[in-house]
Amino acid sequence: MTEKIPVTVLTGYLGAGKTTLLNRILTEPHGKKFAVVVNEFGEVGIDNDLVVGADEEVFEMNNGCICCTVRGDLIRIIEGLMRRKGRFDGIIVETTGLADPAPVAQTFFVDQDVSEKTRLDAVITVVDAKWLGERLKDAPEARNQIAFADVIILNKIDLVSADELATVEAQIRAINPYATLHKTERSAVNLEAVLGRNAFDLDRILDIEPDFLEPGHHHHHSAEIGSIALTVPGDINPEKFMPWINEFTQTHGPDILRCKGILSFKNEPKRFVFQGVHMILDGDLQRDWKPDELRQSKMVFIGRKLDRAMIEKAVEATRA
Amino acid sequence: MSTAPHTSLTAHVMPIDIGEHVLRCGFVGPQPVLALADGQVVFVKEDGLTRTRPHGDAAILVAHIRHDQILTGGEDGRVIRTLADGRIDELGNEKGRWIDALTASATGAVAWSTGKHITARDSKGEIRTREAPSTVQGLSFLPKGYRLAYSHYNGASLWFPNSEANPESLEWKGSHIDISSSPDGRFVVTSMQENTLHGWRLSDKKDMRMSGYPAKIRSMSWSHDGDWLATSGAEAAVIWPFKDKDGPMGKPPRECGVRPAKITQVAFHPNALVLAIGYEDNCILLCRLTDAAELLVRVPVKGQGSITALAWDKTGKKLVFGTSEGAAGLLTLP
Repeated sequence: MTEKIPVTVLTGYLGAGKTTLLNRILTEPHGKKFAVVVNEFGEVGIDNDLVVGADEEVFEMNNGCICCTVRGDLIRIIEGLMRRKGRFDGIIVETTGLADPAPVAQTFFVDQDVSEKTRLDAVITVVDAKWLGERLKDAPEARNQIAFADVIILNKIDLVSADELATVEAQIRAINPYATLHKTERSAVNLEAVLGRNAFDLDRILDIEPDFLEPGHHHHHSAEIGSIALTVPGDINPEKFMPWINEFTQTHGPDILRCKGILSFKNEPKRFVFQGVHMILDGDLQRDWKPDELRQSKMVFIGRKLDRAMIEKAVEATRA
Repeated sequence: MSTAPHTSLTAHVMPIDIGEHVLRCGFVGPQPVLALADGQVVFVKEDGLTRTRPHGDAAILVAHIRHDQILTGGEDGRVIRTLADGRIDELGNEKGRWIDALTASATGAVAWSTGKHITARDSKGEIRTREAPSTVQGLSFLPKGYRLAYSHYNGASLWFPNSEANPESLEWKGSHIDISSSPDGRFVVTSMQENTLHGWRLSDKKDMRMSGYPAKIRSMSWSHDGDWLATSGAEAAVIWPFKDKDGPMGKPPRECGVRPAKITQVAFHPNALVLAIGYEDNCILLCRLTDAAELLVRVPVKGQGSITALAWDKTGKKLVFGTSEGAAGLLTLP
């Protein structure tokens, strides 16, 4: 079985520094070759041999799931790229500033041919430190991109004061306290920070710890998109939990952007981990619980209009 | 794998050392030809292989083989015709945009697409273009007249390139991939993202759904008499009856070549009800529809990939094939 080609999705609002980051990834002396999929073909200054123009056409799958949208053009492009082997070590998909990252991500789980040959490595969102505040007011896409991210590059920090930076960081954390955040000037970041993240690999779900900048701050935000984290002591009954999580993601799928969990199932020596994108859930038993490890279950949901009381009550009812 | 010697044709297969993913294969005149994903067009001649690179360093994305030429569309955005003697000419240049689909008619018309943009070139070289409602996935000329069928999101369209009239639309929600019309022009069939086939009877646009496949259907082949449509995508070749005026509606499909491996390519014999079947494990069988008799053409070899191209010559005496890992061969029937 050959190794699947990793795919990195690069999002961010217009002018945030996506292309700068892309060129940095392409030109660093790492000895790796990439195929780059861009939305605007012929866009200025992408320094790479293999650049493919995409149309960003999204369509709904006919599987009765309204949030299950995929990028048809991406399916075709990946099919084409994967036929000619050995040309590249990874694929980078750059989306437009206005794009919703979900259809791109879902393409890698929904399409059988694509998921047999490639794996989604991570969603990287580049954010403009100076203008994020404005964007959050007028562009729902900007909020979506932050909520969806595994890695956030908070860029152009040289253009803001320390206070402004603290504010923008708090705004990001209010939406997504789980992504890894890097503060940069001119998108200068170590490549290990953006490549080889394995963010969708169940084996890499090690812990779920939110990173709230200022304790207490997140309690006051009234943003439409936010996150809910739960910790449940003791064991969970899988026969109650699995039907609930399936039903919950099916009915609230359009509003749940991402979810992740590490669960302690009764009489199960291994940790059960899951992660999901909208309605698409992936879960499996992982490593053994260590003897000195506290057996408890943690999960996080990032999305819109999440009802904390309802989720807490439902999860509580699945305890063993 | 054990097979009784009298049912095996393996001794009549000449291996061809190709070395790259075979995108498509066929015959130009009597000569087998293969289009490779890395950009090569390879002619198999008496004295060996002649390899050319019509697109330079660029990869070939789509290819169509006619009795007198091979057409290729590349990552360089060019559409190139290569003749049996190796002469090439450029039919189109989309300035570096990937050529997504490519087809040709029996009378010499050619069509290709890039994104939503379709170009039709008639046998005299006259060019017409059109924008589709969304990215074009598949192209197929109808058997009669100069009429092009193309598939896209939420259906397919039928276009007379020489007419100012808007194309006729065939609607069905979802993403339609490959498209094919029956040899008598009564039906158009598409394969869909959700592992189903969709068909329309053109006389009244009646919908036909053909489902139950475990994988996408990326190969379809009509029998020489037009009565049957063979399809890949399952662990048996699924063959739909199209003889009656309702097509396959209300009738179960025939199945043949059942093996514990998915079928990736099907090719009907040009003048008999015999189907060549290629599998994901690079096995090939011939299957006779009348009595389901099977003949072994190729034993699966580990590490040689799946059958990605399979085609008969026009006499039905030779069958050429290729795999995703660069194996290929030529069967000459005894």
